[in-house]
Amino acid sequence: MNIEHITKKLSESHGWQAKYREIMLLGKQLPTLPDALKVDSAIVSGCDSKVWLYLDLDESAQQLVLIADSDTRIVKGLLAIIIAAYAGKTPEQASQFNAYELFESLGLIAHLSPSRGNGIRAIVEQIQVQAEILK
Amino acid sequence: MTDIQSLRNDFPILNKQLDGQPLCYLDSAATAQKPNKVIDVIKTFYQDENSNVHRGLHTLSENATVRYESARETIANFLNVETREIVWTSGATESLNLVAHGLSASLNSDSVIAISPFEHHANIVPWQEACQRTGATLLVLPMLDGVLDEQGAIAMLKQHKPDVLAMGHVSNALGNIHPIESLISVCKALGTITVIDGAQSLLHLRPDLKALECDFYVFSAHKALGPTGVGGLYGKYQQLNALPVYKTGGEMIKEVSFERSSYREAPSKFEPGTPNISGVIGFAAAIDYVNEIDPSALQRYEQALYHSLLAKLRQIEGITVYGDTQNNVGVVSFNYKNEHHYDLATLLNTYGVAVRSGHHCTQPLMKMLKVNGTVRASLAFYNNQDDIEHFINALSATIELLD
Ligand SMILES: Cc1ncc(COP(=O)(O)O)c(C=O)c1O
Repeated sequence: MNIEHITKKLSESHGWQAKYREIMLLGKQLPTLPDALKVDSAIVSGCDSKVWLYLDLDESAQQLVLIADSDTRIVKGLLAIIIAAYAGKTPEQASQFNAYELFESLGLIAHLSPSRGNGIRAIVEQIQVQAEILK
Repeated sequence: MTDIQSLRNDFPILNKQLDGQPLCYLDSAATAQKPNKVIDVIKTFYQDENSNVHRGLHTLSENATVRYESARETIANFLNVETREIVWTSGATESLNLVAHGLSASLNSDSVIAISPFEHHANIVPWQEACQRTGATLLVLPMLDGVLDEQGAIAMLKQHKPDVLAMGHVSNALGNIHPIESLISVCKALGTITVIDGAQSLLHLRPDLKALECDFYVFSAHKALGPTGVGGLYGKYQQLNALPVYKTGGEMIKEVSFERSSYREAPSKFEPGTPNISGVIGFAAAIDYVNEIDPSALQRYEQALYHSLLAKLRQIEGITVYGDTQNNVGVVSFNYKNEHHYDLATLLNTYGVAVRSGHHCTQPLMKMLKVNGTVRASLAFYNNQDDIEHFINALSATIELLD
């Protein structure tokens, strides 16, 4: 999945139901994390929905590798968008990337609001912090 | 007789459109909507009457003090108790903290505090803290299939003779009305102090506390058509006045020197500082409003709505409803197949439906029900059959989107 494709799909879907349908389809394409990896140490403390996140650096390519999963369909779809946006970036590029602009342009900025409690904001913050460390 | 249906017009927010959809508000257990009467009283207070209480000879201050104190009388009459038995607080949470803090002064490592498995975190954590401070033990009453096991609970109370029983009148997560009358009478015989969390019962059940004979009862204005940030504590006067002070400051004192201070009698000794004056006055307006509605007509109306909602919901295959559907104030707490309550509530919101999803601040209860949360639709008398149609249609469309 690349982010251009996702942006196009989402901009073509009108109304919230259509948008969420698209988001949930994106989530379905994201591989399911094996239960052995759904451990508390990988949980991004969000709130109502559970999110597991693994982030590493492919040393040879100097690119970020992200694996994530959620127990909710919508958050999983939002994770697919985040992964598409960050995957393949160098830590340098990732730390300069503005996820807020992306979500704004997708009409999904409300999902980054602190009140949503879905952890998306926390995920983006965690990726940024880890990208800084890996730089 | 009051025409309950027409009361909906008193709630301006219910005419709101969200994203072009009419609002379907089914989250009254989180907070109730406010009638014009309450909104107007608060606006008028700040516009024409604002002044501090108990500390001025000028006309505005005197008027504000009279209004503030007569609000105490309004809620006392509503609950059928003495005016001096009502303490204003910031809400049920603060009231529970005040009682738990106060009662822990007379608890020790031999003491037992009983709670029910349905309690809101606000009626668990202050008691856990009290146990930690005093070494007392926390005892949890039994439940069966999402309903309090009354006989089991009575047996447990008789066996352990707890010092305190703290429990909700109505479960916020499930809407269950608990048999507190029988538990209180058992507690009276045992000498157990009863603390009833009335956050969810004040509006729907209008309890007569004199008849109920509990020792303490806590409530929040915002769940009963009043403003947020204000609520109260009722305590039988001797017991209330015997509690040590919880917060200290101005207004609550008789005399202060640098060596020591002496406190006034209850309720003043629990109300230091400038109180939430507009909140208290707004709350009294809410109670005045409720007083004009015939309680049995209101309950009949809410029950009819609830049973209609329940019947329609049960026609949908894959729905699981939790809790006591025989004795309920009008809350349906449910899940659909293995779908996450977060997805359901997010999609329902796209149809203008406001419900709560999650653990409803009752994590231990959710664990006992073996779920990580539910979707909760909670009714009030200002809802109508259209809301139920709206909700069921939105839920059917949501399920279609998920299946
Ligand atoms: C049963 C119950 N107890 C206590 C509370 C706490 O009330 P407040 O947040 O108004 O202090 C609530 C509110 O959700 C409740 O439902």
